[in-house]
Amino acid sequence: MSETGKPISRVDGRMKVSGKATYAAEFNQPNMAYAFPVRATIAKGKIASMDDDIIRKELGVIAVISYKNAYKLKPLDMQAQMKAGAAFLGENLPPLQDNVVHYPGQFVAVVVAETYEQARAAAYKLKVRYTADKAAVDLRTELPKSTKPKMFMGEEAQVNEGKAAGPLAASAKKVDHTYSTPVEHHHPMEPHATVAVWEGTDRLTLYDATQGVGLTSAIAAYFFGLHQENVRVVAPFVGGGFGSKGLWLHTLLVAIAAKAANRPVKLALTRQMMQTNVGHRAATIQRVAMGTDAAGQLNVLRHHTDTYNNLTQFFEPSGKQTLVLYKAPLREVTYNVAHLDRSTPTFMRAPGETPGTFALECAMDEMAYQLKMDPVEFRIKNHTAQDPVKGHDFSSEFLVECYRTGAERFGWASRSMEPRQKRQGKYLVGYGMATATYPGGRSAASVKVLMNNKGNVTVMTASIDIGTGTYTVLAQTAADALGVPVEKIDVKIGDSSLPPAPLAGGSQTTASIHPAALDACVLLRKELVSIAIADPGSKLNGSKPEDIGFANGKLFVKGNEDRSETYLNILNRAKRNEIEACATTLPVSGAGLTVPSALCTPSQTPPEQNSDIKQYAFHSFGAQFAEVWVDEDFGTIRVKRVTSVQDVGRIMNEKTARSQIIGGVIFGIGAALMEATEYDKRWGNPVTRTLADYHVPVHLDVPPIDVHFIGKPDPHISPIGARGIGEIGITGVSAAIANAVFNATGKRLRDLPLTPEKFFES
Amino acid sequence: MRPFKYANASNPAAAIKIVTADPAARFLGGGTNLVDLMKEDVMHPSQLMDVTRLKFSVIEKKANGLSIGGTASNAVTANHDLVRENYPLLSMAILAGASAQIRNMATNAGNLNQRTRCTYFYDANMPCNKREPGTGCGALHGVNKNHAILGWSEKCVATYPSDMAVALAALNAVVQVEGSGNTKRNIPFADFHRLPGEHPEIDNTLKHGELITSIDLPENRLAEKSYYLKVRERSSYAFALISVAAALETNGNRIKDVRIALGGVAHKPWRARIAEQWLRGKEPTQANFRAAASAELKHAKPLGQNKYKVGLAAKAIVRALEGAMQGGTYGAMEADSTTTNQN
Ligand SMILES: Cc1cc2nc3c(=O)[nH]c(=O)nc-3n(C[C@H](O)[C@H](O)[C@H](O)COP(=O)(O)OP(=O)(O)OC[C@H]3O[C@@H](n4cnc5c(N)ncnc54)[C@H](O)[C@@H]3O)c2cc1C
Ligand code: SF4
Repeated sequence: MSETGKPISRVDGRMKVSGKATYAAEFNQPNMAYAFPVRATIAKGKIASMDDDIIRKELGVIAVISYKNAYKLKPLDMQAQMKAGAAFLGENLPPLQDNVVHYPGQFVAVVVAETYEQARAAAYKLKVRYTADKAAVDLRTELPKSTKPKMFMGEEAQVNEGKAAGPLAASAKKVDHTYSTPVEHHHPMEPHATVAVWEGTDRLTLYDATQGVGLTSAIAAYFFGLHQENVRVVAPFVGGGFGSKGLWLHTLLVAIAAKAANRPVKLALTRQMMQTNVGHRAATIQRVAMGTDAAGQLNVLRHHTDTYNNLTQFFEPSGKQTLVLYKAPLREVTYNVAHLDRSTPTFMRAPGETPGTFALECAMDEMAYQLKMDPVEFRIKNHTAQDPVKGHDFSSEFLVECYRTGAERFGWASRSMEPRQKRQGKYLVGYGMATATYPGGRSAASVKVLMNNKGNVTVMTASIDIGTGTYTVLAQTAADALGVPVEKIDVKIGDSSLPPAPLAGGSQTTASIHPAALDACVLLRKELVSIAIADPGSKLNGSKPEDIGFANGKLFVKGNEDRSETYLNILNRAKRNEIEACATTLPVSGAGLTVPSALCTPSQTPPEQNSDIKQYAFHSFGAQFAEVWVDEDFGTIRVKRVTSVQDVGRIMNEKTARSQIIGGVIFGIGAALMEATEYDKRWGNPVTRTLADYHVPVHLDVPPIDVHFIGKPDPHISPIGARGIGEIGITGVSAAIANAVFNATGKRLRDLPLTPEKFFES
Repeated sequence: MRPFKYANASNPAAAIKIVTADPAARFLGGGTNLVDLMKEDVMHPSQLMDVTRLKFSVIEKKANGLSIGGTASNAVTANHDLVRENYPLLSMAILAGASAQIRNMATNAGNLNQRTRCTYFYDANMPCNKREPGTGCGALHGVNKNHAILGWSEKCVATYPSDMAVALAALNAVVQVEGSGNTKRNIPFADFHRLPGEHPEIDNTLKHGELITSIDLPENRLAEKSYYLKVRERSSYAFALISVAAALETNGNRIKDVRIALGGVAHKPWRARIAEQWLRGKEPTQANFRAAASAELKHAKPLGQNKYKVGLAAKAIVRALEGAMQGGTYGAMEADSTTTNQN
C-alpha cells in the first residue's frame, strides 16, 4: 500500500518532544562568545557619537563593534547580488556600514562578551547620541506622498488603473467600502538565532534559524566576498518562520562579530527585537468596490491598497486574490505605497491574501446582503473556472465543491440571512464564510538519494523543515518510489552543502522537492535494474528494463514475480557498498526564486520540463466557515467552531497537512480578533513589544476546527500532484469571522483586529 | 541584566536588615515580574533577597478571619479550601490572572508589588515618570488604550494590573508587614496602593525594606454572593481591560452590604464607593445596578484612546453584580467561558 497520503506521525516528533532536536541557538561551540546588539532609539537621523571606549572596559567585554570599526562588507549591488543568488535580503541595509539610522530599533552596534549576561549588560550601558531628523512614522500622514509602484515581484502592480469607475457607475447594485488591517508580526516559537564560526578568513559556518540554507549561504558569501561553497549554513530544525526567517541583519552582524572577536559567537534575538528586526506584515488600508447586475452577476471588481515600505521594494500585495477569484469582465487592482521610517515589511504567511481576502471577502458578503442572496450562492454564481486575468484554465480547481462540502459539513443551511436571529444565553450567534486562495508555486530543486548495502536509504536536499513535516513526507515519497519501508529512510535536510532546494517559503517546498525526490529514486532504480539485467548471476539477467517491477525492497519481472531479486543482493554481488542518484527538476510555475542547479552529478539528464506552465494557472482554493458568539455588552467575540475545506491537490500526509490548515486557521483567528502591533505616532517605535502585549490566540481561543481536503491531485503541477499547503489555511479566515459577527450582531466591523473597543466605537 | 548579588533568606529579621540598609536591594518572590524588569533594564537591583523559603507561606484561620501568607504562591492560595469556601471572590480573581505556570511561581506579596504593564514603562528608551521621574509620561498622549480612566494625573495614567488585588480591595484585606528592628504594622488595603499624583514612581505605601508577611482577610457574609468578572482581549492569559470584583450580602429583598472594586481603571484597585453607597439598602435589581454603575462612572475621565472603557466598565459592573446575585455560578454568561460549553 502506498505510504504517501497516510496520516503517519512526524518522523522527527520524538526528537522534538524529547529535546534531542537541535535548534540554531543550541549549537554551542568551544570558546564561544556572546553578542548582544545595540539598537537605535530614534527613527531617522545619524549617530553623532557613542561611548564605545567606556564600554570596552566593562566586565567580560571582548569587542564593541559599530560603523566606526566594523568589517567592510561588499556594498549593495542588486545586479551582482542577483547573479550570486544573493538578492533576497530582508532589508537592504548591510549592518554597521555607516552612521545613518533608517528606523527605530535598527542595529547600530554589537557588543561581544564572555557571557550573554555580560554582553547584554554592556549593550544596555552603551550611550549613543544621535542627530535626529523628522521621521515619517504614520501611514495616513504619509499617504499623500505615496507612489504607485509599477511592478511587484516581476508582475505588473497596477492593473486596469482607472478603468473600473465607468462599469461601477453603470452597475445596478454596488458596494464600496474601506477595510483596514494592522501591522502583524510573525513571532515563530523559536526566536531567531545564529552561531557564527570562522575557519581562517575564507570559511564560515553559520548555524542559523533560517527558512533557506542556500539563500543564507549565498547572501553571507556575497557580503563577505567568499565562495558560496565555503559558507556552510546548517539548520536541521527550525521552530517556525512564517516568512520571518529569510536573511535578516543579525546573521551578518554575528558573522562580523565573530570575525572581530576571532572566536565563535552566538547571537539570539529577544522577543523585543523580533518585533522590529526580522520583518512584519505592513498595515493596509484597502478600498474595495464591486458592481453587479440586478441578478447578482458581477460586472466589475476594484481593489485599491494603501500601504508602505522601507529599505526594499516589497509591499503588502493585498490585491493578489482579486486577480484570481470570481468571474467579472473587468477588475482594477492598484496600490499606493508610502515610505515610512519603520522597520522593513516583509512576507508573512500568505502575504497579500491574508489582509486581501479580509477586504475582498467581507465586501462579497456585503454585496450578498445587498442582493439578499446567500453568500455561498453568490460566490458560486460568480465562480470562474479560468484565471480571470490571464485567461488560462486553472491547472486543477474544485472551489465549488469546497463551498458545497463546507456548507454541508458546517450546517450552513440552518443560518438565517437576517442578522441577530440566534442567541445562546447572553450571546448573539452568527455564521459567516469566505473563500480561501493561494498560488500553487513550484521552484527548481535537486535531491540526492543514496542506498547502502544494508538496505538503508538516505534522501538529501538543502530544504528545511520549519515545523511543516518535510522530513516525514520526503520519507514517504522515497518509500513509495523505491518500495522500501519508511523506517528505512533517513532524510537529511537543512544543510547548504546538500543539493540545492528552494527556501521554505511561498508554500512551495512539497511541490518543488518531491518531483526531484521522485526522479532521483527513479534514476536510482534504473541503475539497480541495469546492474541486475547485465549480471549473469541475477535472476533478472537478460530482461528488458521496462519489464522490471519493484516492491518490498526487490526488483522482479512483471508477470513472473518468482523472478525477483532484493536490492541488497544486487548491490552485494556487484560489490557496491552504496549506490546513489541525484535529480534536478525545474520549476513549472510562477516567477519564484530559482536556485543554481548542478550540484547533482552532471551525467544525469534532467527530466523533461513540464510544458504546462504556459497553459495553466496554478492556484489552490478553499472555503472557510465560522461560527462566532458575541457578547455585545463587552464587545468580546469568541470563535466557536470553524470548518475549512481545502482544494490543494494531492495530500501527501493527511496528518501533517491537517496540522498546517489548523495552524493557518489559528493564525487567521489571531488576525481577526487580536493580533496588532501598535506604534507611537510621535517616535515611531512599536509600543506592543512582547508577547504579553502582542496577543496571539491561547488554547481557549481555539475552537474545534474541522478540516476537509478535496484531495484531487493536480495533473499539471508535477507528477506528484501536490500544491503547497502552508499558507492557504489562514486566508479567508478573518473575513469569515467578521462576516459571522455581522450575521450575529448586524454590525459591520471593517478594521482588524476586532478587539472589544472596536465594537464600542462602531 | 546588570550584575547583582543573590541571597536566600533564612531569617526574616536578618533579611529585612540587609535590604533596609541597601536602597538598591530588593526582595525576590517568584521573580515573575522583577526578573523581567531586570532583563528589560528597567530595574537594576544591587542584590536580591529571595524570601520564598521563609515561613510566611501558611494559610490559616485566625480569630476574625483568614490569614494568607505573603510568600504562599498564587496557585496554592487560589486553590486552598479555606479560601475557596470563605473567599471565593479571591480564588476567582487569582485564577483569572496570568497563566497556570506564572501562578505557580508568583507569590502573594509579589503580586501586590507587581508594577504596571504600561509598555512605555517597560521600554527603557521611552519617557516615563514612573521609571525615571521628570522624563514625562509617554502614554498620556500616546498609545493609551489600556490606561486609566479614573484617578490619574498628568504625571502618570498607568493602571495597576493585578487581579488578585481587586478582590482583596473588595474584601477589605489588611496587609501585615515587618520592618527592620522587628517593627510590625498593618496597612488597610485601601491605603496600600496609591494614586499617582505628583509621584508616580511610588506605587504603594510600603517602605523600603518592609517585608509583607501575610494578608489578613476579615470575616464576612459575602461568600455566597460574590463574583469576579474580567473582560480581556483573549479568553485567557491577558491583563484585564476592565475587571470587577463584586460581592453582596442581602437581607430579604434588600442589599445589606455590597462591595465593588474595579481593575484596569486606575493606578490602584478602585473601590467603587459611590456605587456601593448608592446600592446599600436598595433592591438588587438590574436597574439599580445600572444606576449605581453610572453614578460611579460619572467621574471617569477617559484618555485619547480609552473612551470605550467607560461604557465597558458600566456594563461589567452590572454583569458582575448579577453574577454575584446568582451565587457566582455565572460562568456560562461570562465572556471568557464560552469555549467550555461547546454546542
Ligand atoms: C505574561 C504575564 C501575564 C500576567 N498576567 C497577569 C494577569 O492577568 N493578572 C495578574 O494579576 N497578574 C498577571 N501577571 C503578573 C503576576 O501575577 C505577577 O508577576 C506576580 O504576581 C508577581 O509575583 P512574584 O512573586 O513573582 O513577584 P516578584 O517578581 O518576585 O516580585 C515583585 C515585587 O514584589 C516585591 N516583593 C516580593 N516579595 C515580597 C515580600 N514578601 N514583601 C515585600 N515585597 C516583596 C519584589 O521586591 C518586587 O519588587 C502576569 C505576569 C506575566 C509575566
Ligand atoms: S502612564 Fe505612568 S507608567 Fe506609563 S509612561 Fe506614563 S508615567 Fe510611565
